[in-house]
Amino acid sequence: MGGKKIRSFLQALGRPIVSFVINTGYFTRFVAVSVYNCFMPPFYLKLFGKQFLNMGFYSLPVVGLTTLFAGMVIAIQTYSGISKYGAESVVATVVLISVTRELAPVLSALMVAGRIGAAMAAEIGTMRVTEQIDALVTLSANPYRYLIAPRVWAGLIVMPLLVLFGDIIGIFGGYVVSIYKLDFNPANYINNTMNNLQLIDVTTGVVKACVFGFIIAIMGCYHGYRSKGGAQGVGEATTNAVVSSSILILIFNYLITEIIFSR
Amino acid sequence: MSENKIEIRNLYKTFGKKKVLDGVDLDVKKGESLVVIGGSGTGKSVLIKCIQGLLIPDSGSIKIDDEEVVGSHKDIHHKMGMLFQGAALFDSLSVWENVAFRLVENSSVSRSEARMEAIRVLRQVGLAPDVADLSPAELSGGMQKRVGLARAIISKPEIIFFDEPTTGLDPIMADVINDLIIESARGLGATTLTITHDMASARKIADRIAMLYQGKIIWTGTVKEMDKSDNPYLKQFINGRSHGPIAVEV
Repeated sequence: MGGKKIRSFLQALGRPIVSFVINTGYFTRFVAVSVYNCFMPPFYLKLFGKQFLNMGFYSLPVVGLTTLFAGMVIAIQTYSGISKYGAESVVATVVLISVTRELAPVLSALMVAGRIGAAMAAEIGTMRVTEQIDALVTLSANPYRYLIAPRVWAGLIVMPLLVLFGDIIGIFGGYVVSIYKLDFNPANYINNTMNNLQLIDVTTGVVKACVFGFIIAIMGCYHGYRSKGGAQGVGEATTNAVVSSSILILIFNYLITEIIFSR
Repeated sequence: MSENKIEIRNLYKTFGKKKVLDGVDLDVKKGESLVVIGGSGTGKSVLIKCIQGLLIPDSGSIKIDDEEVVGSHKDIHHKMGMLFQGAALFDSLSVWENVAFRLVENSSVSRSEARMEAIRVLRQVGLAPDVADLSPAELSGGMQKRVGLARAIISKPEIIFFDEPTTGLDPIMADVINDLIIESARGLGATTLTITHDMASARKIADRIAMLYQGKIIWTGTVKEMDKSDNPYLKQFINGRSHGPIAVEV
């Protein structure tokens, strides 16, 4: 009796571990094959252009709005937290650093993960369950090169551009609040911002953006590619793509920050 | 050179604990139209996917033109065309781009030439040139099947696979598709392998029929031999009876 209980306990313990190991194996292989195929011809430039436009141009409003309000909020919070000590001049610097290092890359990536990661998973997932991916193979087209490589390249190139755009809008948001709400001197604010602007702040954001862009594209593609079971499977793939890429974005944000700034 | 276009020996494929193919042996002769019949879930689609390299069998051998394809990295798809059950048209492309996909992606044909060729093949399968610029979603099921057929035959393949070609179509449209399958295969002199459970379709297009049951080919023969056969499994299947040796999983 006792032996049976121990056995079923061990089985219950082992099943998720085995499934985790299997999924990790599948994922690692998927990433390796995808990266390899990103560098192998043929390169589908038209498909890359389509993804670039979708992920980049059409994400401008959502990234702009997010970073604008983030910059505005940071300006007010910094002022209300620090004004007691008479350090209003710090506001420009805090807005600059927090927007370029953290807020623009992380918030933009989370928004793009929701917008584009989900769309990638849904599109590729639908192609999987309707046998369109099998059809690609039978027509001698490599699905990794045709579907995944253009999305990964778009993620790697578009996210840094979006973050640079977000940097400008976020700092502008802080400026607007500081000038029109907190009655700062515009020339002083701009001077403070320019004097404190350092290359490392912007490059950190851009490095993060590259990593986040890769994460969004690869997670969207992976969950879509492995989806099965019709509409429900595609729905699950979409959710998993957004949740997993969001979590990975937050984890990698910490790791990159730790590597660059903990000296 | 063997007279077989496709030779399958001892093919095994399992998914988890489920044995889907349990030692399949099957030959398809050059220029022949072989139809594999069998109930839903008997592994017909898995068989066709193994031949095309979409699934990797656990063990066994598949030879096409005497060349082993299991474990081979050689591109064999240029010899093949496939009509999928749901047509599997790319919904991001127009009808003509679907049909001409292989020409545009894999050869030096210009887009305008590829479009002309796509329209010619669309006409061959009974579709007017004005559907060429539509999106696949705007077409009916029967029209989608025709476009799928056009896409399968445009590169003049030596082997064409048909996965449940008449499923989901009304009987008249199903017969139209059967006729198109016969015409296009004859026109190209292609070897065809069809999987279906539609017996009217099987009788019409088959030179030879093979029955798959519990992962094995349990019977092969011509349509005439099928009608005379005493095989109880085959008889139950072709007569569509719920009682007999084939137990229906409910």
